[in-house]
Amino acid sequence: MSVQTATAPRETPTPTPSAGPLARVTGWMRTHTTSLPTWAALVIFAGMVIYAEVVYGRILQPSTTSNLLINNSHLIIIAVALTFVIITGGIDLSVGAVIAFSSVAGVMLANAGWNAYLVMVLMIAFGAVFGLISGWLIQYLNVQPFIATLAMMFLARGLASTLSTVPERLGDDSAIRALGTQIKIYDGPKVNDFVITPGVIIALLVVLGAFFVLHRTRTGRTIYAIGGKEQSAQLMGLPVHRSKMLVYVISGSLSGLAAVVYTARLGIAQNITGVGWELDAIAAAVIGGTLLTGGAGFVLGSVIGALVLGLMNVIISRDGSIPPEMTTVITGGVLLAFVLLQRAVVRRRE
Amino acid sequence: MSTTTTTSSSFGERLRAVGRQQFVWAIVAIVLLLVINVIKDPTYLSVGYSDNLGGLRGNLVDILRASAPILMIATGMALVIATGGIDLSIGSAMVIAGAVAMEFLSASGSSSLGTAALALLLALLVAGVLGVVNGVLVSVVGLQPFISTLIMMLAGRGIAKVITGGQNTTATSEPFRWIANGYVIGLPVVVLLAVVIVVAVGLIVRRSALGLMIEAIGIDAEAARLAGVNKRAIIFTVYVAAAVLGGMAGVFATASVMTVDVSNTGNQMELDAILAVVIGGTSLAGGKFSIRGAAVGAVLIATLDKTVVFLGVPSSATPAFKAAVIVILFLIQSPWLHTQIAKLRSSRTSSSSSPPTSTPPATSATPTTPTNAEVTA
Repeated sequence: MSVQTATAPRETPTPTPSAGPLARVTGWMRTHTTSLPTWAALVIFAGMVIYAEVVYGRILQPSTTSNLLINNSHLIIIAVALTFVIITGGIDLSVGAVIAFSSVAGVMLANAGWNAYLVMVLMIAFGAVFGLISGWLIQYLNVQPFIATLAMMFLARGLASTLSTVPERLGDDSAIRALGTQIKIYDGPKVNDFVITPGVIIALLVVLGAFFVLHRTRTGRTIYAIGGKEQSAQLMGLPVHRSKMLVYVISGSLSGLAAVVYTARLGIAQNITGVGWELDAIAAAVIGGTLLTGGAGFVLGSVIGALVLGLMNVIISRDGSIPPEMTTVITGGVLLAFVLLQRAVVRRRE
Repeated sequence: MSTTTTTSSSFGERLRAVGRQQFVWAIVAIVLLLVINVIKDPTYLSVGYSDNLGGLRGNLVDILRASAPILMIATGMALVIATGGIDLSIGSAMVIAGAVAMEFLSASGSSSLGTAALALLLALLVAGVLGVVNGVLVSVVGLQPFISTLIMMLAGRGIAKVITGGQNTTATSEPFRWIANGYVIGLPVVVLLAVVIVVAVGLIVRRSALGLMIEAIGIDAEAARLAGVNKRAIIFTVYVAAAVLGGMAGVFATASVMTVDVSNTGNQMELDAILAVVIGGTSLAGGKFSIRGAAVGAVLIATLDKTVVFLGVPSSATPAFKAAVIVILFLIQSPWLHTQIAKLRSSRTSSSSSPPTSTPPATSATPTTPTNAEVTA
């Protein structure tokens, strides 16, 4: 957060104003160290788009762009969720498993004849409950966040497996599917249309809401303050306990929402849905410039991070020579590279 | 290990001292589970000698056999957690080791003793490489342990799939199968190996200063470094040891069926390891560990697994059950519960004997890692 304030003119003797453009760039980099990874992500995203357009073609066109948004709307939502958690210096490893439980339970309830809207609310509520338990474990039982959410990950995954181990198909006439219907925004030649789904709109609303909460409300300030230094935040009289719980409840609820969006698009829920999505969500947030140690992060950066990962999948599938098993290895490698970049940047600042 | 036995001679006090050692409760739990099984089937505990197999057989032997891989990973995890770290990639070390061994054996096609030994060595070596990566990232680069091992956990399974080409590779090698299914003087080889390895690790860390140094790092890494402990080398060693032990567990798990299941071998075994360690009384905050406790915890988990299957509960429910158990364990260990109980007591007696109106304990974040909340059991 302290990025804007860091630009205030200080009596720094090192950068001379009449220096060349290179010095100006390094000077800018020195004052913008926390936002550097976000800019790096933006540059990488642009670079990937250009590379893919040149090598494979048909990237910068409405149908590919809309597919990128539609196929990654759930990832954007959980990336936002992880941004909240990571800013406080915590982590949530349970997002993928919570999505699995929430979607399997939701589809089974919907198929049992429950009201579709009630089911959607329940799916979000299931996520919130998992988040509440994580938050309680972390805040009141002093369990480390990754252990508490790891336990929730196994709990949710185990419960999902208890419910069903086969793909559960959502009824064709279910109202939940409405969230996956495609709305044509721009009518291009042949099938080259720009389409979005209500799921994409939900994801965008989540991003806007998260941006508002993090940057324009007291809760948001408190979340950043906790990540900066929890004890200081507490001594300042900020509601640390409540906010920390809240962050995990937000993360759980957003996972539930992601389950709704994902299930609506696919129409199928399974207990193995979302294996490894926690890595994707963490990677998206970290690529977007959220510091894993907490205290700094940008929700819009996480969206870019999610799109970088989405585009990476497009490139891998277009390329065809990379085995699909490599995807998690590559994602892990990219995450590692960005974590190391952060490490270097933070070290330098210190 | 825990030599804090009070010199008080009263029997109740001594009993309490025994009760304070957490792994004693784990033994009680094992006995309870066995009793449940005996109620279901009175012949459950019978152990017979099978001439066909050339060794003992029975449910108890099966439990010990099943606990062998868990013993391996729990021992490794105990050491890692004692330094204040965590290794989430232990299950991936298992699957990578299994994949390497199976691929090597099926490619060589020979079932000689030498090939099997080479396969074992190669599997442990590749698992060790995974540990080296973890160790470098944590000790030299200084990444948070959970993030580097999380990457290795998910990427590691991908690597295993790349090694086998996405297949569940099967191989035939009698000597390799012997590791998991053979018998020596009537006892299963796998159990003997596991016991030997655990005892060896226990002796190495407790008969030398190594264990003390590991705990010193877990209590305060910086203070330990200033006191002359080679922090980097020890943290590095601990992660490599955990991965090699994980590799051994992977060999145990794949050798019994001579197949590596790239999506299921070692999957979610991290929880088993963490659970075994916590049950055994190792503090998740680091600075304290008990190999003996972790070993008892591992046997308890194996007993639990077997009991669940024996009672006819679908085995897919066990992870959820284990997660619930771990949450309950956290609750029992937490200072929060104790303050709540104290509050309840003081309000019930309503005497003015200084009721500590303590708020929930403030998390004392250690200066280096904010995620490292302190758990004082």
